[in-house]
Amino acid sequence: MNKKKSFLDVISENTFIHIILSILLGFLIGALFLLVMGLSVGEAYGRLVSSVTSVKGFSYVIVYSVPYIVAGLSVAFSFKTGVFNIGAEGQFVVGAMAACVVSILLPDLPKPVLIPLCFLVAAAAGALWGSIVAFLKIKWGINEVLSMIMFNWIAFYLSNFIAGIPAIHSEGSAEATKNISANASMLFSKDFIKANGLAPTANWGILVALVIMLVIWFIIEKTTLGYNLKAVGVNKFAAEYGGISVNRSIMTALAISGAMAGLAGSLQLMGMGNRISVFASQEGFGFAGIVVALMGCSNPFGVFVAGIFYGALIYGGSKLNLVGAPTQLINVIVGTVVFFIAISVIFKNLKNIRRRQRANAAASAARKEAESK
Amino acid sequence: MAREHVDMNVPVIEMRNIVKKFGDFVANDGINLTVHKGEIHAILGENGAGKSTLMNQLYGLLKPTSGDILVNGKKIVMNSPKDAIDAGIGMVHQHFMLVQPFTVTENIILGTEPMKGIKVDMETAKKNVIDISTRYGLSIDPDAKIEDISVGMQQRVEILKALYRGADILILDEPTSSLTPQEIVELIQIMHNLTGDGKSIILITHKLKEIKESADFCTIIRQGKYIQTVDVEEVTENDLASMMVGRKVTFQVDKPPKEPGPVVLDVKDLHGLDYRGVEILKGLNLQVHAGEIVGIAGIDGNGQTELVEILTGLRKGTKGEATVNGVSIYNKPPRFGFNHGVSSIPADRQKHGLLLDFSIEDNLILQNFRETPFSKNKILQRPAILSHASQSIENFDVRPRGSEKRSAGTLSGGNQQKVIIAREVQNDKDLLIAVNPTRGLDVGAIEYVHQYIVGQRNKGKAVLLVSFELDEIMSLSDVIDVIFDGKIVSSIPGGEADENELGLMMAGGKKHE
Repeated sequence: MNKKKSFLDVISENTFIHIILSILLGFLIGALFLLVMGLSVGEAYGRLVSSVTSVKGFSYVIVYSVPYIVAGLSVAFSFKTGVFNIGAEGQFVVGAMAACVVSILLPDLPKPVLIPLCFLVAAAAGALWGSIVAFLKIKWGINEVLSMIMFNWIAFYLSNFIAGIPAIHSEGSAEATKNISANASMLFSKDFIKANGLAPTANWGILVALVIMLVIWFIIEKTTLGYNLKAVGVNKFAAEYGGISVNRSIMTALAISGAMAGLAGSLQLMGMGNRISVFASQEGFGFAGIVVALMGCSNPFGVFVAGIFYGALIYGGSKLNLVGAPTQLINVIVGTVVFFIAISVIFKNLKNIRRRQRANAAASAARKEAESK
Repeated sequence: MAREHVDMNVPVIEMRNIVKKFGDFVANDGINLTVHKGEIHAILGENGAGKSTLMNQLYGLLKPTSGDILVNGKKIVMNSPKDAIDAGIGMVHQHFMLVQPFTVTENIILGTEPMKGIKVDMETAKKNVIDISTRYGLSIDPDAKIEDISVGMQQRVEILKALYRGADILILDEPTSSLTPQEIVELIQIMHNLTGDGKSIILITHKLKEIKESADFCTIIRQGKYIQTVDVEEVTENDLASMMVGRKVTFQVDKPPKEPGPVVLDVKDLHGLDYRGVEILKGLNLQVHAGEIVGIAGIDGNGQTELVEILTGLRKGTKGEATVNGVSIYNKPPRFGFNHGVSSIPADRQKHGLLLDFSIEDNLILQNFRETPFSKNKILQRPAILSHASQSIENFDVRPRGSEKRSAGTLSGGNQQKVIIAREVQNDKDLLIAVNPTRGLDVGAIEYVHQYIVGQRNKGKAVLLVSFELDEIMSLSDVIDVIFDGKIVSSIPGGEADENELGLMMAGGKKHE
């Protein structure tokens, strides 16, 4: 039995490979849809690739990916600490709106003051939104998943309400807020964008995302706080027995996770959004964060890469109609990828299934042999 | 002894020179096992000796690297448990595999349901189940739901499940580990009924007493190697223990006489509710002095669990007082008790004792991770954490060595317990609360745990020992407090305890004059 690890062994054991396989399967299923619709798979996927590999295209991808990365870090952090922050959506919305309001009401603050201030209020608003849910859970035992979904809707209508306040609402005919102050914008200068052939919304949000990633990694891996929160995440009974306050940990974890989702909202606003529309439906950045966290195995570095991949899918997907393919194809692919990651147990069992098949083959061969005698 | 039922001419199972390797690790190294018709054959070995690996091969869960398995004289190759079941082998796992919300009957027939058209024929199913249960004296209520019946009953259902599938050879994996003494007696009776009917039983255990009481032969495995097969009537428990561990085992713990010091733990008129909200502690009084082990003897469900939970801060009492060195720890969070002299070895090591997904080094600092040298300015100091772990692993004989970074879940039960003991003993608090500290451990590990508990007492610490193993209570305690119906009903010096008398008091009888 001293042979080298078989291909199937490797697949069965490596989570990274599960994810790559899931992604490939997602594209495979997407291809089936294309075939059914009578479209060329090569043309559609070719378009997807070409639209994200040009300098301009890639700069779009980076711009798109920033809120996904940070929302993904928010959810990944919650996974690591044993709470499932399905409320990132709402925290994202209140974070964005808080930053928006501050930048509209205090437009003349200098850039180096206004931008950090916007980040701060966005993080605070997100943290508050997460903490309320944690409080409800701790105080009255209200299931956090339910209240988070409710709070997503409260955030949705709150945002629409604030967008309608005259001081905030656009003076034009648009159903949206005023544009944020130029001092709160993170866009690169027009000249820089032009000189490098970048997307018009190119901004330095990706650097902020990088810093947030490092901070999260540091908290999780290197600090006593990370130890504390992870301990509650893996076994709250033992953590409590060991003298860790479980309630305080849940509160802290959701506040930090919420702060990041709120930051993600401000990054989206100050990077590319520039204003907040009156929503007709949930925008889904927070929900995308769940997908990104899953694809990134809840590892901060993995989430960063997964966020860029997700941004590429969304941006590239928006170009699909140019070849006559529906942009919804991307949703099919993403849905399939998430589905396969969620059931990645299948890959773990591939080996066993294979072994079973071999055994069955051997058994039936033996049976035939016995019968022929 | 069911010796007259053993047909030595009819071997039903022969495992010949079984070798099982996992990579470079040899789990079974040339093991031989022969089981005859009507025989109860015990497999004895320490935790991690390779008993379960051997049985998993017999039940088709694993394939031997080399060696042959013969069932009823015919060599067979098993690819899955289904092959084993077809060959007449049934296995009752240590952790039961039952569907909790289903009834007894539904669980037994699962997968082999008698059909009437496309519907399950419940009438016939129930009749079959009743038939088979009366035949072997395994009385059960066929309509009861699994979640409503006791662990002992659930085990019967597992045995019936195997019998229903036509098993002639039953493998019982640590069958008594979660049973009460009364249920153990009943199980042994059931085993004898079965062998009387021509069934054969393989009993995996490390409890010597049960082997003496039930088995005909015993095969001893040590570190994956076949040691020998003995006729149980011809050996003593001490012989078995020595063969299993590979050295002389002392059952008697070396415990020099010691004058107890001042009171450390003082519990007064403690009242508390159980998980259903019913009052279970009804004014309990208890004292533990420095340099003294107080053993709580009692039948499960008389309040000992709740007592410990209140003392360790996991549950709130409704009335009373508990102090450690004069400081009240009553209804304070776990951290408070820890800071004021309480350390504990919890009953459920996987739930309360360890973070199974955490590394061993991280488990060892569970209460101290905020303190120097393990962290500075809220940053974990990995080198200090690692060297602490290396030292603990060496000093407390955690195996395998070099496992500092491995997750605690990869250790065997005995070694998991050693990690907890390493942590709690090094915390070096004035009061050690130990709850069933040796449950599921083999004699080698038990001896080791006992030495540490007595070591704490010898160092002048107070020890409160709660255990369902009466032998353990009797051999370790300086004072035995009998708990019954939420109160300590009598307190007797450890040396003067008598098993029968204790048993009577535990059941609520008065100490006879």
